[in-house]
Amino acid sequence: MNIIVCAKQVIDPEAPPASFKVDPSSNKVVPPPGVSPVISPFDEQAVEAALRIRDAQGGKITVISLGVNLLRDVVKKPLYMGADELILLEDESFAEGDSWSTAYALAMAIKKIGEYDIVFCGRQAADWDAGQVGSGIAEILGLPGVTVAKKIDITDGKARVERVTADGYEVVEVSLPALITVSNELGEARSPTLKGIMAGKKKEPVIWKPADIGVEASQVGAAGRRTGLLKLFQPVREGKCEIIEGASPEEAAVNLALKLREAKII
Amino acid sequence: MAEYKGVMIYCEVNEGKLAAIATELLGCGRKLADALGQELCAVLVGSNITGLGKGAIASGADKVYEVNDPLLKDYQTDSYVTVMEKVVKQAMPQILILGQTSIGRDLAPRLAFRLDTAAAMDCIALAIDPDSKQLLQTRSVYGGNALATFTSACSPQIATVRAKAMSPLKPDASRQGEVIAIKADLDPSAIRTKVLEKVPEEVAGIKLEDAEVVVAGGRGIGNADGFKQLQELARVLKGAVGATRPPCDNEWVPDAAQIGLTGKIVTPDLYIGVALSGASQHLTGCSGSKSIVAINKDPEANIFKVAHFGIVEDWKKVLPAFTEKVKELLGG
Ligand SMILES: Cc1cc2nc3c(=O)[nH]c(=O)nc-3n(C[C@H](O)[C@H](O)[C@H](O)COP(=O)(O)OP(=O)(O)OC[C@H]3O[C@@H](n4cnc5c(N)ncnc54)[C@H](O)[C@@H]3O)c2cc1C
Repeated sequence: MNIIVCAKQVIDPEAPPASFKVDPSSNKVVPPPGVSPVISPFDEQAVEAALRIRDAQGGKITVISLGVNLLRDVVKKPLYMGADELILLEDESFAEGDSWSTAYALAMAIKKIGEYDIVFCGRQAADWDAGQVGSGIAEILGLPGVTVAKKIDITDGKARVERVTADGYEVVEVSLPALITVSNELGEARSPTLKGIMAGKKKEPVIWKPADIGVEASQVGAAGRRTGLLKLFQPVREGKCEIIEGASPEEAAVNLALKLREAKII
Repeated sequence: MAEYKGVMIYCEVNEGKLAAIATELLGCGRKLADALGQELCAVLVGSNITGLGKGAIASGADKVYEVNDPLLKDYQTDSYVTVMEKVVKQAMPQILILGQTSIGRDLAPRLAFRLDTAAAMDCIALAIDPDSKQLLQTRSVYGGNALATFTSACSPQIATVRAKAMSPLKPDASRQGEVIAIKADLDPSAIRTKVLEKVPEEVAGIKLEDAEVVVAGGRGIGNADGFKQLQELARVLKGAVGATRPPCDNEWVPDAAQIGLTGKIVTPDLYIGVALSGASQHLTGCSGSKSIVAINKDPEANIFKVAHFGIVEDWKKVLPAFTEKVKELLGG
């Protein structure tokens, strides 16, 4: 089984909401000081999905990360978890892309790798939350796709995928090669072991520039965008909470109930 | 070359009826079509959908395209994208809107790439730029920490819209419109997936997304037993129980109870958040609630930034007394 996983470095989505800042003049997020970026959590679970398949039936896992200023200790986490190889699409021209230019570059990199049975992505990246890149890669490469997976079983050249829906899940069978996007219902991604970290530290990522994947710089990153960002801003939260007190927690509880009744909320 | 014109709504069908999201989108689409001075059309795709077009017209559509085929019984990416590609190429809408649902999340991006255009996912506001006539697509990004407004010069402009972000029109059965059947013409061998089984994960009682009162629990509830107390309060208030992600991940409650960015969107009259911190990804799914009550032992918890009423205490000491008092007040 040859498995490719796309994994993105993002600003830690679970950093305290109060630390989140936007610079309105540049329409950009100001990375919170002292908070290290992370691999987008759904992408980590995509790596986990790949590792579970390899654990069961062997194979090779290649991880691709696209971006600029990729911190080696961050993007190497999939290697620390046990992935075999890491390819970085790292070049200024890949920066500031949208779903379209990102999916295009990743698809061209996957094409260059050539041999694969499954491509995994996270269901959406924790920064722009679009959830389009997986479907885009599948469309560009002409692969069948299943999105928002929580369980993947491989038998006889096919994948049986449990796809999360609003009110449960459906079991979908798909022929391989296929693209599958992974959701958190898959379960927690494994933590790297000390042995895994030691092995991962020794591996050097392969770096590909646009020319290496046969594309022009004008087709990727900001130049390849199909959407324009007009404005990035923070929603205003009104922030007026009345704290209900009491001599004891029980009394506070009673006071809260009375308050809600008085305000005709209950 | 024909021009892209008009607004098209992809209308989901649920248990033989137009889904709530479909009427919400038709309400929004009507406004956009009027702003452009153009037509609003609806698309219905499935098996046994004949007759539902009238409902779409009553809810604002001028024209309905129906694609009815036994092969379209279950949503499958290959069949639905192929059919929608055909519909869009025939109708040439300038704007295509879908719901941010299990179907829309999968269909919209793949269709956008197929049609060589772009999509904006999970929009909460759509408007027409008065000068360029382009669609201004405002969506939540960074887990709800920020909002972003996008445009695209590609046609058609595709957007998915979040549940409950738009208001439906009052249905008017006297509205007139045309219903056009389009043949699916699917090649079964080109459908590369097969739906083997659908497994519902019922949450007992009132549906979370329809409930007027939601009692939500977070990681601080600690275990499945703790959620029984929330259920009791929800029962007294005739509401539903929801959760943040950790209780779902820990299997204290079914996944279908998750509220937030990747869960359900709820806008009840009363939302009571118990032992949850108020992460942006959660708040984005409940901040439209009319009244928000928070019970959390940490006075710095982010939930207090959006709550209207709060108690800073251990929930275990607060909830039983609160439930008792509410029972007494409601006489039940
Ligand atoms: C891309 C992405 C998507 C996500 N989507 C969602 C989503 O859709 N929905 C969602 O909910 N989350 C989502 N998350 C997760 C989210 O970021 C938070 O991790 C999660 O919402 C936190 O849940 P919580 O508030 O229950 O837990 P915590 O943040 O751990 O908070 C627990 C709270 O309980 C309080 N507490 C503990 N014990 C007690 C007690 N005895 N009495 C009173 N208070 C107590 C603590 O003070 C604390 O504030 C997503 C994350 C990512 C990265």
